[in-house]
Amino acid sequence: MSVPGKTTFHFSSMGRTLLPAFSLLVVLGGIAWLNPRAISYFGFNLMLNLAIPMVLATLAQMFVITGNDLDLSIGPFIGFAACVSATWLHDAPLVGIAILICAIGAYAAIGALIYLRDLPSVVVTLGMGFVWQGLAILVLPQPGGLAPDWLVTIMGIRPPFVPFPVLAAIVLAVVVWFLLERTSYGVILRGSGGNPVAVRRAGWSLLKLKMTLFAVAGLVGILSGLSLVGLTTSADANIGNGYTLLGIAGVILGGGEFTGGRVSPVGAVVGALTLALAASPLLTFMHIPPDWQIGANGAILIVVLTARVLVSRRQGLT
Amino acid sequence: MGEPQDCFARLTGVKRRFGAVIALDGVDLEVRAGQRIGLVGHNGAGKSTLMNILAGAYAPNEGRLFIAGQEQPDYSVGRAQQLGVCCVFQELSLCPNLTVVENTRVTHRALRGPGWRGKARALISGKLDEIFPGHSIAASTLVQDLGIGQRQMVEIARAFTETETPARLVILDEPTSSLDGHTAAQLLSFLRHAAAGGISVILISHLLGEILENSDTIAVMRDGRIVAEDRASAFNRDKLVQAMGTEESPAPVPQSVTAARAQSSVRVRARPGRQTSSREVVAHEGEIIGLAGLAGHGQTDLLRAIFSASSRRSPDVTLVGTVALVAGDRQADGVFALWSVADNITIRSLGRLTRGGLISPSREQALSDHWRDKIKIRTPDMGNNILSLSGGNQQKALFARALGSDAAIILMDDPMRGVDIATKLEVYDIIRREAHSGRTFLWYTTETDELSVCDHVYVMRDGAIVAEMDRSELSEAAVIQSSFKGAG
Repeated sequence: MSVPGKTTFHFSSMGRTLLPAFSLLVVLGGIAWLNPRAISYFGFNLMLNLAIPMVLATLAQMFVITGNDLDLSIGPFIGFAACVSATWLHDAPLVGIAILICAIGAYAAIGALIYLRDLPSVVVTLGMGFVWQGLAILVLPQPGGLAPDWLVTIMGIRPPFVPFPVLAAIVLAVVVWFLLERTSYGVILRGSGGNPVAVRRAGWSLLKLKMTLFAVAGLVGILSGLSLVGLTTSADANIGNGYTLLGIAGVILGGGEFTGGRVSPVGAVVGALTLALAASPLLTFMHIPPDWQIGANGAILIVVLTARVLVSRRQGLT
Repeated sequence: MGEPQDCFARLTGVKRRFGAVIALDGVDLEVRAGQRIGLVGHNGAGKSTLMNILAGAYAPNEGRLFIAGQEQPDYSVGRAQQLGVCCVFQELSLCPNLTVVENTRVTHRALRGPGWRGKARALISGKLDEIFPGHSIAASTLVQDLGIGQRQMVEIARAFTETETPARLVILDEPTSSLDGHTAAQLLSFLRHAAAGGISVILISHLLGEILENSDTIAVMRDGRIVAEDRASAFNRDKLVQAMGTEESPAPVPQSVTAARAQSSVRVRARPGRQTSSREVVAHEGEIIGLAGLAGHGQTDLLRAIFSASSRRSPDVTLVGTVALVAGDRQADGVFALWSVADNITIRSLGRLTRGGLISPSREQALSDHWRDKIKIRTPDMGNNILSLSGGNQQKALFARALGSDAAIILMDDPMRGVDIATKLEVYDIIRREAHSGRTFLWYTTETDELSVCDHVYVMRDGAIVAEMDRSELSEAAVIQSSFKGAG
């Protein structure tokens, strides 16, 4: 701490950015070692098949974490968005768009409620999770529906040389990084997580900032639901449930922290990709039977997150 | 001082209540352009509230506020910024997760659009260079990676940066408390310069010498009112203390008869991590050991190393006895913000407060009440949240936590920052008594006055011990000299 700022800064901030990349490389290395043929254009397209919704879900969660909150409703919300896209958006696009816009408004309103009543976000969003789940079942009681053609077309793009999920992840990382890390308003959004009192004293409305963060999370969540339907071509009310906790894990794996506005968009994208790869491709190549894969998944998460904590603690000591 | 120039800000009959507590009880104050007003008073006298009203953070319940010649009925933080009023708060108001440049943006709405980063960088680097020549702060550093003194420097420099509106009135709450003597002097000379250029300055400080030397006018607050206001030359230290209403000047404490250093047993032996020579800090039973030097030269790290050696063996530190730490950065390392005052005090001693394996509420209350009376924590109810206390009283609670514990060795990380003089004297007294009864203190302080309480002083520079002196050899000049040039 007492070391002149410059050296400390370079060392620890390098660690913060490099660690997520390192865990991704470890997972990739494992896959390459077990099955070298997977490291190819088609291999990545297959392995990262469901990575785009996962990356978007992680980014949505990241915006909420930026303001020191947690969103336990993002998974069911993504499911709801998917169900709306597979029904209304296909049958009556204008109604579908209106519903989705209202959903973003609802997210902003949840943010306002949490701020104004000083409620724990975990409780409010846990409740909202059931609401979104119920709405999704109302919209689509049985699995089914049909994805709008344009969505399927977009998600079916096969660009030359670079697999689409990789390209999309890079574009998303750069766009969100620019918005949150480089723009002057992104600074205020992150500041509202770092020291809310200071931001309020400087004349900013914490209410507006909280509503913005939640509205953006809602928007990105809807994009996640849309991309999911574009890939699966139909929907199911439970389709997004797993994204709540995987999104949180992705943010933390990517170098973010639960409090203090310390998040990294690039890290979150890398974290989401790591989880997507570690989830099923790596385990399948390791010949772990499907019955054990979810448990093994959890074990990998614990190992990776522990490594993260150990490395950052060591840096804290230097 | 000259003739009264145009009045920049005027308060008449300003009152402010927080629930049943009357923080301001009819304050009249006039601030002229280019005037430096020193504001003194005990913790809880209303200084911080007055400052928050001028900053637009609190609205007065009664009274009128005129700024730049106009009454301000709907005064707010935004309006204050437009009028060029800004504050350096005692509780640091930087976002630790943002860089120095980004923190500059937080207070300047005009810094936006393409190229805002470059403008902000030029602005803050320029001010830092102007106020603190020779500072080592890179504008792209995250604030969390800066020491507390450096953060204070950034905060001060940021208050003087100008975009749309020039700074007209800058209010500084204990600005020098985290700064070492050298940077504090740089700041005070800058303030003189700024006032000559027409900027009004309100300086709040518990260091009376600093106030006497660096203000044109001094206002003394007590119980939510301004009880004395006059030219600085009309005051001296005793008059100020009297006006602030210290009950009586505390009786001189019997100087503990220090046994020759070698006679009592050694409690702490610690070698700083970056010490190349074999020099080490040695503390005997019943001694008060001072750690001096410029801020951020390894004193805090040494204290932390000693503290962690109590739970994990370390080759550089030998300890005999239990350890407690009084944190300096109380927001980060000290208070449990969601807990009551009592809980904050008893946390270190819970092991002793149990009955049948459970915490005994009556014992807990007895301990916290004992320390409330002993160290005079100003609160109607020890069950209130710790943040309801003023800054100085929060610090007292942290002292009570350490002193109320069973620790034989107490480490103090410049804990007296922002504590008023009467409290300081009381705490010095308690420290001496506790040392007399066998406790050992290791005390990092940036104030030379406090070193004179110590039996033996080590001066640190660049993370290593460069000099040591007994109380008899101690002088400000000696400490400053060894802080700047290496002696060993």
